[in-house]
Amino acid sequence: MSAPSVHKAAAIRLTGIDKRFGAVHANRAIDLSVAPGSIHGLLGENGAGKSTLMKILFGMIHADEGRVEIDGTPVAFRSSAEALSAGIGMVQQHFSLIPAFSVVENLIMGRARGSVLSRLTRKLDLKAAAERAQELSDRFGFGIDPLAKVATLSVGARQKVEILKALWGGARTLVLDEPTAALSPPEADELYAVLHRLRSEGTTIVLISHKMPEIMHLCDRVTVLRDGAVVGEAELAGQALDEPAVRQPIEAALVNMMIGRDKPELPERAPLEGPVILDIRGLTDGTRLGPIDLKVHGGEIVAVVGVEGNGQSELVELLMGLRKARDGMIGIDNHNVVDWPTQRRLDAGLAHISEDRHATGVADTMSLIDNASIGFVDGAPFSGSPLSLSQKQRRIFTEVLIEQHKVRTPSPDLPMASLSGGNQQKLVVGRELARAPRLMIAAQPTRGLDIGSTVAVQDALLRLRAEGNAVLLLSLDLNEVFAIADRLVVLRKGRIVGTMQSADFDIDQIGRWMSGAVEHVATKPEETDPQTLEAAS
Amino acid sequence: MRAKRPDLPGTGTARLAPDMAEAMEARSHAPRAPGAYLALTRDRARTFGGRALIFVLTLGAAMLCALPFILLSGANLAVTAEAFFNGALGSKFAVAETLVQMIPLLIAGLAVAISFHGGLFNIGVEGQLIFGGLVAGVIGAEVNAPPLVLTALCLLGGIAGGAFAALIPALLKAYRGVHEVVTTIMINFIAISVALYAVSPAGPFVSATQPSATEKIPREARLSMIWDGTRLHFGLIIALLTVIGIWWLLYRTPLGFRIRLLGANPGAARASGVSVPRITIATLLISGGLGGLAGAVQVLGVYGRFFDAFSAGYGYDAIAVALLAALSPIAMIISAFFFAMLDSGAVQMQAVAGISREMVGVVSGLVVAFVAIQPAILHLWARLRQKTAQRRDRNITSGDPA
Ligand SMILES: Nc1ncnc2c1ncn2[C@@H]1O[C@H](COP(=O)(O)OP(=O)(O)OP(=O)(O)O)[C@@H](O)[C@H]1O
Ligand SMILES: [Mg+2]
Repeated sequence: MSAPSVHKAAAIRLTGIDKRFGAVHANRAIDLSVAPGSIHGLLGENGAGKSTLMKILFGMIHADEGRVEIDGTPVAFRSSAEALSAGIGMVQQHFSLIPAFSVVENLIMGRARGSVLSRLTRKLDLKAAAERAQELSDRFGFGIDPLAKVATLSVGARQKVEILKALWGGARTLVLDEPTAALSPPEADELYAVLHRLRSEGTTIVLISHKMPEIMHLCDRVTVLRDGAVVGEAELAGQALDEPAVRQPIEAALVNMMIGRDKPELPERAPLEGPVILDIRGLTDGTRLGPIDLKVHGGEIVAVVGVEGNGQSELVELLMGLRKARDGMIGIDNHNVVDWPTQRRLDAGLAHISEDRHATGVADTMSLIDNASIGFVDGAPFSGSPLSLSQKQRRIFTEVLIEQHKVRTPSPDLPMASLSGGNQQKLVVGRELARAPRLMIAAQPTRGLDIGSTVAVQDALLRLRAEGNAVLLLSLDLNEVFAIADRLVVLRKGRIVGTMQSADFDIDQIGRWMSGAVEHVATKPEETDPQTLEAAS
Repeated sequence: MRAKRPDLPGTGTARLAPDMAEAMEARSHAPRAPGAYLALTRDRARTFGGRALIFVLTLGAAMLCALPFILLSGANLAVTAEAFFNGALGSKFAVAETLVQMIPLLIAGLAVAISFHGGLFNIGVEGQLIFGGLVAGVIGAEVNAPPLVLTALCLLGGIAGGAFAALIPALLKAYRGVHEVVTTIMINFIAISVALYAVSPAGPFVSATQPSATEKIPREARLSMIWDGTRLHFGLIIALLTVIGIWWLLYRTPLGFRIRLLGANPGAARASGVSVPRITIATLLISGGLGGLAGAVQVLGVYGRFFDAFSAGYGYDAIAVALLAALSPIAMIISAFFFAMLDSGAVQMQAVAGISREMVGVVSGLVVAFVAIQPAILHLWARLRQKTAQRRDRNITSGDPA
């Protein structure tokens, strides 16, 4: 049904879309046509111009040139509100929900119609809206409580609310900008089912993603952007993609179009022996986490996996000194840092790639130079005394980061917000690597990165390990865990319920641990003698 | 200060990867492409141009909206404008008076700006200014010291007095999360009452000869005049030095960086080891200290004594000054000068054209309003340009040159 035909009116047709941001040519004369009732993939490196193109379609930013047609009629949206009423919904790369509001309040926000007077005087019918939200949620099997506060929802649930929000006005065309970047695999699977259902009901979907398996699984057709221009298209519908022999060449060709070369491979790794760097004993915050025991050696990458909300964020906050420990100790290089303030821990060799970049990693309104300097303003590198902070050194530092980590930007003086999502992540990762960490806490380090950059970051973590440092990896992506971790521990309800060496990685066992199916069988590491643990590693 | 012991971890120096240090070293010696400099200059010019445009647009809009009020008061526009310019810039004396007005506005504007940079809304600059003025006046009147030492004591006392007035809001904010807008406004009332009491007939510091004021500060200990035949005093130099100092603090010191980071994203500040309570307190104390300095300079430079109504609401106008300058210390020189022109021009306007002096308040209120709706104005502007572009496109496609 979804075979696109050039004769049928396209659901979306973009012609000659061109957009510049100062020196950046974000979109170069892009032509794109999406068949009705299909899922169309949009691929490309970080900064290729995918989000920009879709924001133009959605009326959020205005193209310098080019035309937009919906179902064959030319349109010129002045705002996203107009795009919404024309039946286009978009889920942004970053969450746009207001945490303090309930789900249904978020859904109806900004959707009032009619004159100003009627909007001011009409009663807000939350109850009807909540019923409608429940209905929608049930139809797609979201299982979301419309009256729940967004702040209390998991990331996966928030993503679903974002989709509800986009569909709320009866959107027939849905744009999703990296919707699964923050989701765990099971949550992503649920989302895939929803997208299939939407397509079968005739909704046209544009999907931006860096995840090849997802693209292969969902898309009928894909368009690849590079440097703001279309460099290729491919038809996926009707191909026998279940056959590796069919799938692999297509995948390789797409990767090649995206990054101009084959997918880079990670180097082989051999087990390394090193002294204990991170030594957690009996650590607990008294509520959500622990007590737990965990050792990470130099030359070791230990992954912490588990369903979101089982104590991962608490563990990171405890390690960073952002949350008070009720009991226990945190040893880093033989110093008990449990009472140290965050600053001192950083100076002692801790680094942290934060899971929620916008909340704790960067300051959107500050320049790249300022963002690169976060956590670097003490002492030698840039500040000889409390009275000076070298602008020149900071600029050079930022330029080196930009160059080494291939951050795409015309100038380090621009605000962070002008970078594409993936490029922001690259700058943050580069900054944290530049701390020469003894212990790197990497929470979702490759979130939102393109294929090339993902491998580059994983490679950088492996290099840290090769230099004898320790890495604590928090990742929702088990493929990433399998690719670089030496050992994994499973966190459930704030406890470590299982641990496994890379040679024995067993996805089913991990799944059972994560879901609690075998809780009674799981070893409880906090009761095992630390010595045996060491011997095993 | 933490001791620097590089061999132990966690001793107050950020770590930097050796290969990173090498790459930076290499880069700092590598010759730069002239194109890079050109691009940098162009970017800066663009940013500057953009800021200047916003400045002018905001002011223009505020003035335009003030126009109906001027017309309503039955004035002749030409006469009004002439009176205004004569009053503000018409003579050596007028220019000097404008500069005299500018001094407290500029220093108090910096006080407001630094707190805003840290994401804190110090609305209590007026109270801090009055408190600082009181302390300076009392020290000047009561302490026996050689002239220059006394001047320095008065200024330092003023700073300390202002900082003291900001201390309670700072502590409450840092450790109890009490919103600083509420507490600083309350401190305003307290400061005003304390000042009134101090120089009331029963007050401890009231002058024997002059009600509602302290004794005079010895003439030699006051700020010296720097322009013959006018009231312009050394406070102008102090104000300009403060501008440079605050600019340096904000953009060239670790403390300033932390203040700006705290304002831009408290979460990122905390995660990178910034002690939020400490920086909050530091920011509010610096802000209060600047407010106190503004009061002390006014007392030492203009009146030679403290009296209870010595501030014409500088602490409130300072909010408009800071916002109009988009919180930039350097641009604040221009915005403070503009508001000073309004102040000194208004006197003449009232005398010659019969326009109430309160017009200044109207304009400064409008400026605050227009700064607040700047995003909306910029949005409107973008839409307008978009429309024009579309019209042009249509004309081109239909082959009908407009
Ligand atoms: N508001 C802006 N100001 C300046 N430059 C911008 C702005 N928005 C985007 N850009 C630039 O335009 C280019 C394309 O950005 P865009 O966000 O479309 O990339 P993307 O393909 O979505 O990348 P990612 O996969 O990282 O999300 C980038 O180089 C970015 O720096
Ligand atoms: Mg994007």
